[in-house]
Amino acid sequence: MRYIPNTDADCRKMLDTIGVRSVEDLFSDIPASVRLKRPLRIPPALSEADLGKHLHGLAAKNADADRYSSFLGAGCYHHFSPAIIGHLISRGEFLTAYTPYQPEISQGTLQAMYEYQTLICQLTGMDVSNASMYEGASATAEAILMAHRVTGRNEVVVARSVHPEYRQVTHTYAQQIDITFHEMGFTPSGAADLKGAKSVLTDRVACLVVQNPNFFGVVEDLSELAEAAHAVGALLVVAVTEPVSLGLLKPPGECGADIVAGEGQALGVPMSYGGPYLGFFATQEKYIRQLPGRLVGATEDREGRTGYVLTLATREQHIRREKATSNICTSEALIALMATIYMETLGKSGLKEVALQNLRKAAYAKERLGKVRGCAIRFSGPTFNEFVLQVKKKPPDLLKGLLRKQIIGGLDLSRLYPELKDCLLLCVTEQNSREQIDALAKAMGGGR
Amino acid sequence: MSQQTVGTRGLVFNEPLIFEQGSPGRMGYSLPASDVPEKKADRLIPKKLLRDDIPGFPEVSEVDVVRHFTRMSQWNYGIDLGMYPLGSCTMKYNPRLNEDMARLPGFARAHPYQPEAVSQGALQLLWELEQYLAEICGMDRVSLQPSAGAHGELTGIMLIRAYHTSKGNPRKKILIPDSAHGTNPASSAVCGYQVVPVKSGPRGVVEPQVVAEVMDEDVAGIMVTNPNTLGIFEDHIVEIAKVVHGKGGQVYCDGANLNAFIGIARPGDMGIDVIQLNVHKTFSTPHGGGGPGAGPVALKRHLAPFLPVPTVGKKGLEFALNYDLPKSIGKVRSFVGSFGVLLRAYTYIRTLGPTGLRRAAEVAVINANYILSQLKGAYHLPYDRFCKHECVFDDAIQVHDNVKTLDIAKRLMDYGFHPPTIYFPLIVHGALMIEPTETESKETLDQFIAAMKAIAREAMENGDLVRNAPHNPRVSRMDETKAARQPNLRWRQKPPSL
Repeated sequence: MRYIPNTDADCRKMLDTIGVRSVEDLFSDIPASVRLKRPLRIPPALSEADLGKHLHGLAAKNADADRYSSFLGAGCYHHFSPAIIGHLISRGEFLTAYTPYQPEISQGTLQAMYEYQTLICQLTGMDVSNASMYEGASATAEAILMAHRVTGRNEVVVARSVHPEYRQVTHTYAQQIDITFHEMGFTPSGAADLKGAKSVLTDRVACLVVQNPNFFGVVEDLSELAEAAHAVGALLVVAVTEPVSLGLLKPPGECGADIVAGEGQALGVPMSYGGPYLGFFATQEKYIRQLPGRLVGATEDREGRTGYVLTLATREQHIRREKATSNICTSEALIALMATIYMETLGKSGLKEVALQNLRKAAYAKERLGKVRGCAIRFSGPTFNEFVLQVKKKPPDLLKGLLRKQIIGGLDLSRLYPELKDCLLLCVTEQNSREQIDALAKAMGGGR
Repeated sequence: MSQQTVGTRGLVFNEPLIFEQGSPGRMGYSLPASDVPEKKADRLIPKKLLRDDIPGFPEVSEVDVVRHFTRMSQWNYGIDLGMYPLGSCTMKYNPRLNEDMARLPGFARAHPYQPEAVSQGALQLLWELEQYLAEICGMDRVSLQPSAGAHGELTGIMLIRAYHTSKGNPRKKILIPDSAHGTNPASSAVCGYQVVPVKSGPRGVVEPQVVAEVMDEDVAGIMVTNPNTLGIFEDHIVEIAKVVHGKGGQVYCDGANLNAFIGIARPGDMGIDVIQLNVHKTFSTPHGGGGPGAGPVALKRHLAPFLPVPTVGKKGLEFALNYDLPKSIGKVRSFVGSFGVLLRAYTYIRTLGPTGLRRAAEVAVINANYILSQLKGAYHLPYDRFCKHECVFDDAIQVHDNVKTLDIAKRLMDYGFHPPTIYFPLIVHGALMIEPTETESKETLDQFIAAMKAIAREAMENGDLVRNAPHNPRVSRMDETKAARQPNLRWRQKPPSL
């Protein structure tokens, strides 16, 4: 076995040194009645070459965004990712290190995390960021739990235009501790319906949760929402599923957001059929000690040299046990490293340029598709790189037809929003060419 | 230290924060030229919702970025460099085949919402992985959704809560032995349960009668780490499960230490109802400096109605996602799970097969007992008996010379080893928890043992050398008190000097 160096002869020598006759003796504490008397019923070992062939075969059965023309977004985005990311994260010193418990030999990971925390703050306009969490939906759930701890209140208002899976995850978390949910609807423009939610936005509410751009791609007026939340003493939680938008949009921190939680996948992380991704979580200075997740701070060594350590661990589960701010132990360090490399490589002008291209291409697609017979733009509000298209044809039939032309034509909203059952959610990024957009419009019946 | 010692010094570089590098206008990217009308942003989105600039964001070239991270990487220790015997963390070799497979475009560039008809490869892999993990654990079903071990724990406790709620009463308490993992109490508390600690006995294991004393109809279940954090198999597990089941409770097993007995025994055969697996431990996926992991949860049939959605099903030759589980706890994260991590676990299982997995457990246990047998005497062994995958020593001998566990750990770095887990489990004062895994050869173990013995000698003869360690890394011991008292969690632009 190529991953296990010790041979039978090596093992024999070691067993002799230990002073037992056979390896069985080392397992004698496992009751005989529950010891497995047969080999595991899983397929026999494959050689590296054969296994590679098998997995190439499985991979070939999946559509990939290079061979297909894809207009799927909805919380997972196909963006260009510089080649250096894959190379740098493959360095064994990053890839095969554990959580940096021993700072003297973990400074690479720690400094990268400190840079990550800084970049997230700069991007979101917030004061402090943790070193990353699992992914966007559970980070949003953690934001609600934090708002509950900060305010001591048991109700939350969540906009219906927040990603349905994010809402589902926040429910799963919050139902464990009896938090009551209220929903905030959406207006004909596709924005969160503040007026319609006046009756539930009371002084019992811990936080108002909105997404920006929201699930329909619509850009919200966060300042207005922050004002309404703060008027009743609630926090504003802003979920972001498409952080590339922050290359252009006013950061939530400048609009009054108290917590920004979201998904960092768009920042150079492959889609990988759903993960691993990267939850980001940022808040204001005054809430540092309520922040869940790992934190890296700067300090000095004995000779006064700058260095970095995991800090404020007294919030964490291995010290506080059941009184911890969260049960989270792992962060997503390697994925955060990918996002860090992405943000640093694109930098100030690059992120803005990517965001602008997304905006323009989506605007072009909106214009083209809006003119196709039997299609209409569903919401009138301003959008970033996603929008909802109402279609005359049944969405499943339409999507099947497109798939035959190697086009993945967006997300059928019927399962997630019964009231939008004749609608598709489309996403256009810098990866979609004008040619692809024109072909989509043509395939949907738009001529040209 | 002699020429034979692995650890030495090499040329490493100073490297400032990226924010202190570069110059305005420098860039590291190139995008295709725009092929659509170049409208101004404020014609599409109202100006008041837009930003002008991202203050402080870097402006560096591709070369700058590559050197930046390559230099920083050299300040890190990883399994690729040497032995990483962190107890409870199962730092085994991370196969590179797994990395290559995860990057195949058909996996890396597949969207989680793409039609099932063009996702059959991904779905087949997930479905097969569920079958393998169920067989390995002796369980009926598996949720692949949780993102990490603690996330799996949380999901497992949610499942137990949903099960009890469906019977009319979620119950109030969870029993947790003092030898369980540190995340267990927090996972229970997030689910609204009160934690009742259970003391382990003189042999380092939980005694059934102690469980029986606190077990009543208010107890939802027990969370047992097996083997526990002392590296000892909970040999009363079958009786404990009977006691808990007798009062209608559920038995949760923290499966982080499965590497100790994979292929030799199965949790499901011991009366366990639900267990999480840490694929970044047992199944070789890289830790990456602290994530990403994945924490699939395997469970018995009676808990299956509560599984998170979607599950992966098979109909004839077709695989499909199933969202229709009316009693489901819901979702614990977005999409189907950390597919890219699960894929690496799948690749590992297919590489080892049934014989290889069992061999991994056997060699991991031989390696741990070999260290135990060789360091006994030089270091105090609080529970003197055979261990499973890890052994726990303490600093009781060295404290007489005023050398503590932390000093021993730091000194190990100079010898070229990552320190073991220290000060955990809490029930052993000054614990040194050593888990070599099957990855280490006898020669490496001998070098490690020699280093530990040398440090024990140094503690007696030259304590300051140990107390001031490490000496070889680029930086010395960090002022952690300062970091906590004056939190500096981000870089800030210095105001222009007057």
